[in-house]
Amino acid sequence: MSNVVRVGVAALAACLLIETGAALAASADNGKKVYMAVGCWGCHGTVGQGGVTGPKLAPEPLPYEAFSAFVRTTNRAMPPYREPVLSNSDLADIHAYLEAQPKAADHKTIPLLNQ
Amino acid sequence: MARKDSSPNVDRRKFLAGVAVAGAATAVAPKVSAAAVGAAEKKLPSALPPSAQQIAAEVGTPKALAQATRPDGSDFMVDVIKSLDIEYLPSNCASSFRGLHESLINYGHNKKPEFLTVNHEEIAVAMGHGYFKVTGKPMMTLAHGTVGMQHACMAMYNAWCDRVPVIMVGGNHLEASMRPPGVPTFHSAQDINALVRDFTKWDDTPLSLNHFAQSFVRAYKIAMTPPYGPVAIALDADLQQEPIKNGEKLSIPRYVPTSPPQGDTGAVKEAARLLANAERPVLVVDRTARTPNAIKLLVELAELLQCPVVDRGARMNFPKTHHLSRAPGVIGQADVIIGLELADFWATVNAWIDTGEGGHGINESRIKDDTKLISINSSDLLTKANYQDFQRFQVVDVHMAADAEATLPALIEAVRSAIPAGRKAAIERRGEASRKAKAEARQRNLAAMAVGWDASPISTARLTMEVWAQIKDLDWSMVGSDRQMSGWPSRIWPMEKHYHHLGHSGGAGLGYNLSAAVGAALANRPLGRFSLNFQPDGDFMYSPGALWTSAHHNIPMLTVMHNNRGYHQEVMHVQRLSNRRNRVAALGKTTGPIGTSIEAPDIDYAKMAQSMGVQGFGPIKDPAELGPTLKRAVDAVKSGQPALVDVWTQPR
Ligand code: HEC
Repeated sequence: MSNVVRVGVAALAACLLIETGAALAASADNGKKVYMAVGCWGCHGTVGQGGVTGPKLAPEPLPYEAFSAFVRTTNRAMPPYREPVLSNSDLADIHAYLEAQPKAADHKTIPLLNQ
Repeated sequence: MARKDSSPNVDRRKFLAGVAVAGAATAVAPKVSAAAVGAAEKKLPSALPPSAQQIAAEVGTPKALAQATRPDGSDFMVDVIKSLDIEYLPSNCASSFRGLHESLINYGHNKKPEFLTVNHEEIAVAMGHGYFKVTGKPMMTLAHGTVGMQHACMAMYNAWCDRVPVIMVGGNHLEASMRPPGVPTFHSAQDINALVRDFTKWDDTPLSLNHFAQSFVRAYKIAMTPPYGPVAIALDADLQQEPIKNGEKLSIPRYVPTSPPQGDTGAVKEAARLLANAERPVLVVDRTARTPNAIKLLVELAELLQCPVVDRGARMNFPKTHHLSRAPGVIGQADVIIGLELADFWATVNAWIDTGEGGHGINESRIKDDTKLISINSSDLLTKANYQDFQRFQVVDVHMAADAEATLPALIEAVRSAIPAGRKAAIERRGEASRKAKAEARQRNLAAMAVGWDASPISTARLTMEVWAQIKDLDWSMVGSDRQMSGWPSRIWPMEKHYHHLGHSGGAGLGYNLSAAVGAALANRPLGRFSLNFQPDGDFMYSPGALWTSAHHNIPMLTVMHNNRGYHQEVMHVQRLSNRRNRVAALGKTTGPIGTSIEAPDIDYAKMAQSMGVQGFGPIKDPAELGPTLKRAVDAVKSGQPALVDVWTQPR
């Protein structure tokens, strides 16, 4: 899928600016794959933008500890993902993927949102 | 009863004109000469199967015979139908109503009603559903015995749940000893209406032409009395084809609308007292605005109380631009809630959360324990046992089985006189607080829309605003539902008129959206309104033929595919269950769990549209291409054509 490549490249470009760039880029890339494979996209959207079926996760996801605690233990509308279904390292990669999402533009600067 | 009448030919076109003109309850005797009826009837051996020639003689209608026949019953039926000013009759043609079909297009000149060709009965009924929401007038449809009625069932159920009148006439061969053998007999039943009886207001099987006239007018009247709903008439094939009996006095009853039921005076007064003295009253609306006038009445009531209005969206009830139009969150703060024609009062004030606990999830109240509830709902007058469209049981404090729109004028007056003079300032402050909260909510919505703005697949927020840029200066009508797109258009577009938003299917049965949109677009056509249909892919594939009907009958409409390539509700359901059971959901070769995706191969909706004579564009995956493509499609629609843009979208 072309969007996988595009996001991967964007994440890579963003991450080269910081010291741990290469490692983070790799995990964000895998994070995208896992995010799609285990179905987070279904309720939160493919870039974590959120909607009526699940809140926005990206950009700026919850800090990792709170994030992983939530995913492991949630018992309401979101079903929990336990370790047999999603490993710790894959969950960390998902977090990296969400962190790598570009910050949304201020809606006041988007002409279509000011019609 | 083989119809081998040797009576002289009469002018069938002019014959029944007198009946239609005579109209109101006037008995009319056909001016047919007194020749013997069925004189030359030939007996068949009772125990032998008929030969091919004999079948042809009974089933076929040789030209010479038709010429010699006096006007058949179906010509009179056309006069009955014409007396009700029904504009359109979408139908999938069939032998069991060929008599009426022929009369409609030849004797009735295919006008009022005009026969519209559709590829599935579900399309016909849903077209009537959408058309009604724009015009306030019902369509009728003809369906073929067991086959057509079964195909129509889900659309009938949607109309029932959504309280929309549709007049279903089902052809049937009742006379078992004379009905055509083979296929038509497979397609016959003792009682075809039994298929839809659980979700129609009324049905009948007329045995004579006068019976038909009375039942048809009665059916129309019942369908059009709030709460509205579908009705069914089983139409015997013989009754359509038999010549009108010599000397038979035929009459068409006059249609007089029944006035809707209004709430009891005492209950209205009590409701007004509660509302006028409430600190935080909330008005919840759903199927409230039966007519555009109710929008004005609701504004009047809301402004009198300066109370927030939450629209559950089955109709366009309240201007979205109004400072009192608010999101459902305000319900939790209310001390008095009045629900007007709510499809589901329970779910308005409670939540069911799909936690999986005990295998069925949990219930939670959304409101405070002492919140007073008032309901005005005409559906309370129309409860049947089998299908559960009456929803979960909710206790309310003041409960009126009445039509909300008809009750609103009395309620407004009662509230006006019940408001204590000392409360006026507090009421004004409530309005100001709502204005501020609404403005803040709009900013939050816009900020949320900006997230994922450049994503591919394209976000539903981006899609909403790209379309808006193209249609905002037109007299537009959103003829499909936006429910699957996080409701962005309803949340952000300045919807004010009843045709800006037509709600949803009612029964949540797929196969509704595209067909209902075509029906609504047909209603918009003579008014020069621009019809826009956001179209989910799953629904599209139930009844894609509706696009062909839009091309065949020149119904301009822009369809914008919300193509998320799946039955997305089910994507989420199966994912939930997999997680709860600690299993990785098996995807097979698709993005969603096996059995939930519409991928591999991807459907090319633009090509499908083109194959049916509709201009097709896309698939569009890059948001930057969306604006220019939509512009071309809008131009095509403006020139009077249907057009479709396929857009690969985010799931919701
Ligand atoms: C079936 C739908 C569904 C799926 C699948 C799903 N979520 Fe959620 N998620 C929700 C909902 C709904 C909420 C809101 C909280 C609640 O009601 O449980 C939520 C909340 C969250 C939150 C808390 C956000 C906040 O700001 O409070 C996080 C983090 C989260 N989800 C991450 C994930 C991740 C990561 C995945 C995939 C591994 C995932 N979700 C899959 C529906 C889903």
